[in-house]
Amino acid sequence: MAMLLAAPQALCGGQRVDPALVPSMFAPESAPAHSISHLAGFVLAITGGMFALVAGLLIYVIVRYRRRPNDDGMEPAQVYGSGPVEAAWTTVPLLIVVAFTLTTARVIQEVQDAREPASAVNVQIIGHQWWWEIRYPELGIVTANELHVPVSQGGERRPAFLDLRSADVVHSFWVPRLMGKIDLVPNKVNSMWIEPERPGLFLGQCGTYCGTEHAYMLIRVFADLPQDFDRWAEQQKAPPENDPSAAAGRRVFERTACVNCHVIGGARDRRFGPDLTHLMSRSTLASGALSNSPAALRAWINSPEQFKPGVLMPTMNLSDNDLDKLVAYLSTLK
Amino acid sequence: MNDTSHLGEIAGGMPLAARAADDRTVLDTLHSWLVTVDHKKLGLMYILYGLGFLFIGGLEATLIRIQLIAPGLHVIAPVAFNQLFTMHGTTMVFLVGMPLIFGFANYLVPLMIGARDLAFPRLNAFGLWLSVFGGLLLYFSYIGGQGLSGAGSAPDVGWFAYAPLTAKAFSKGHSTDYWTLGILVSGFGSIATAANIITTIVCMRCRGMSLTRMPLLAWLYLVVCGMVLIAVSPLTAAQVMLLLDRFAGSHFFDTQAGGSAVLWMHFFWIFGHPEVYILVIPAFAFASEIIPVFSRKAIFGYPVMVGATCAIAFVSLGVWAHHMFTVGMTSTGNTFFVVSTMMIGVPTGIKIFNWLGTMWGGKLRFATPMLFSIAFLFQFLIAGLTGIMLACAPWDWQLNDSYFLIAHFHYVLVGAIVFMIFAAIYYWFPKATGRLLSERLGKWHFWLFLIGFHMTFDTMHFPGILGMPRRIYTYEADRGWGTLNLICTIGVAFQIAGVLIMSVNLLRSLRKGKPAGSDPWDAWTLEWSTSSPPPEYNFSEIPTVKSRRPLWDLKHPADPDWKYE
Repeated sequence: MAMLLAAPQALCGGQRVDPALVPSMFAPESAPAHSISHLAGFVLAITGGMFALVAGLLIYVIVRYRRRPNDDGMEPAQVYGSGPVEAAWTTVPLLIVVAFTLTTARVIQEVQDAREPASAVNVQIIGHQWWWEIRYPELGIVTANELHVPVSQGGERRPAFLDLRSADVVHSFWVPRLMGKIDLVPNKVNSMWIEPERPGLFLGQCGTYCGTEHAYMLIRVFADLPQDFDRWAEQQKAPPENDPSAAAGRRVFERTACVNCHVIGGARDRRFGPDLTHLMSRSTLASGALSNSPAALRAWINSPEQFKPGVLMPTMNLSDNDLDKLVAYLSTLK
Repeated sequence: MNDTSHLGEIAGGMPLAARAADDRTVLDTLHSWLVTVDHKKLGLMYILYGLGFLFIGGLEATLIRIQLIAPGLHVIAPVAFNQLFTMHGTTMVFLVGMPLIFGFANYLVPLMIGARDLAFPRLNAFGLWLSVFGGLLLYFSYIGGQGLSGAGSAPDVGWFAYAPLTAKAFSKGHSTDYWTLGILVSGFGSIATAANIITTIVCMRCRGMSLTRMPLLAWLYLVVCGMVLIAVSPLTAAQVMLLLDRFAGSHFFDTQAGGSAVLWMHFFWIFGHPEVYILVIPAFAFASEIIPVFSRKAIFGYPVMVGATCAIAFVSLGVWAHHMFTVGMTSTGNTFFVVSTMMIGVPTGIKIFNWLGTMWGGKLRFATPMLFSIAFLFQFLIAGLTGIMLACAPWDWQLNDSYFLIAHFHYVLVGAIVFMIFAAIYYWFPKATGRLLSERLGKWHFWLFLIGFHMTFDTMHFPGILGMPRRIYTYEADRGWGTLNLICTIGVAFQIAGVLIMSVNLLRSLRKGKPAGSDPWDAWTLEWSTSSPPPEYNFSEIPTVKSRRPLWDLKHPADPDWKYE
């Protein structure tokens, strides 16, 4: 389905659309998303049948009972109703509703009440205006906007159980190919789980309007082979790079207001802005507004408003020299 | 011969009354409309007010669609875009939907039940002007949203204004306050008018019109107005609580002080879901009057239609949390709202089947009101089926707040309600003005609008399935949503063309339309027994009825309805 819909886009838009990246709910790659798309298929089939039946009847009535040009001008026979007919078209839909309800209840229970296996990876996702804070409490990892999870392969289950919270307003975590959306509500802890079966990149974004830059609150989920995930985790746990050649840039970072919102290494407590300890290991900046490179990073720090109008990160008005040093330092944070 | 007739002779033999009417200045006419308590004038003003805001809301939608025509555009700034969809939604529900349904109720209910006015004519005028004042307050925010000394700013919190986005911390200035006050004030107007219409229907039916002989339209409006009383009250309460939060330091919805974001959702949706039925049941009412007349048959299953409407109303009060399947309710809570929501499909299906039963065996005339009604049947069928899909909570986790949801509820609000509003305009315009609308322009309007509607809203389901959320001011090129959005936007041009043709038709026919006579459609309910337009107090003599179709009985004395009912 995704491929079918992406093809004309690729042809007439001139824009290259990689079908593997289209976040279609009918191209599921994770256990709960599979359950949902099966349920959807079942409901689509039956509602499709109902549509064909009723629309067919309507068309039949319109054609069969249109007033003919040679009409005699008499009124047709008046019929006021019929008990048995009413009973029939009440009972049949009632039975269909019962079938839908039972099927739906089973999937709700299957997805929502699934027990967490001991091998699961626990992740905390905290929504902020307009970025995602991602914490792995057991692994001691803090990152942002790009979630890494292991795939479940060869009978070894490693689902990721996500704790969803919000630091400000209501957000919603939605990566259609892995699972439907669940809201991140302030003063409330929600949860969901995903279990990708093959490695890959899955795109999503915030699903509930959360203010000015709701459109640029993008999510990237990387499903890694177990060994790749473990390697990524090791690298994320490491202390930040301490390249002496970048010491000048580090001083700029510590001396300006950057440190009020961002953390590099150390206690890695919660701040207003994303953790930058391993900034350069991420593929995008500003929750997906730019792809990550030293040049893009420089442009972003120089003028965040230009890329994400309304963003809470202020323009720091650094001198070109300071900006160069700062970007040189941040670029070492692999 | 006395002195006054002499005056008439001097003026060229013109009858005195006509001459006096001719002498009135524009100011006199305006004054007579401003101070009127006549249900027909108030009804027409409600309808004009609704149509005026329909143009404004449509313009806002057009700007939204232009911004989304291709990925990565910067035609409209993010904040301006967010204001546009907030104003579009709020306008269409509160300043278009509500005035239009009350306008038709005002105009039609007394005429159809053989009454001379509503029960409380002054309260009726009060309701209209409150509602207008609410609309003006909302739009005043464009000028005064940041205080009179600052630049204006319209609300940008979305039409359901989820907490805590509306808290002082996230919504500075006064834009949210104008939103709150606008809805609060127009809500008081709605409550007043609903109480008025209920009283009228219960107390002022003409002789012989028992409840079981009321036209279906009156029955459906009785139910709708009952729902308004129940549903608008929690909304009013919530708006008052929000005002207290913002001005008096309370913390109902202020999450940073321990308030609850979910509480607002419950308050809003226990209004918001019945509201959908408050808007769509009048569309059912129009269909239940128009389809029989153009099929030349009595409505099929009248008592079942009444029962189904009451069932819809009752169940619709218990389904609100299906807007909240993603909020993190327990599996039991989710399952309850799945069951209640699905149950609504049964009485709704019964209605569609009964309209089909009415057409079955008839002689269908495809005049413009009937064309809109037939399109309504197809579109409402689809809207109902996509509603069933959204009711499957797990699937809703995917579909909620995606463009699929936007397509679904525009199928209800445009495909069902706006289509039936158009049908009602074409059907009752001759009664209100004494002139027929042009059928040729009517058909142009119908086909252009139909094509535009389907281009925009059929297509709109698919970006949702491909993961496009609502309320984003732009999107990435690599998602595969571009072409679909382009088609959606092109459809808007057709819809605009259709509405412009309707406007031309209305304005031209008002002056040059063929005289309609009192009963141009050969119809059966009481409004067609009086002249077009009806005289000031509708009926010189209060009619007496013996069946649901009094004019059928008059036209077929040998075979009247009351023998069979």
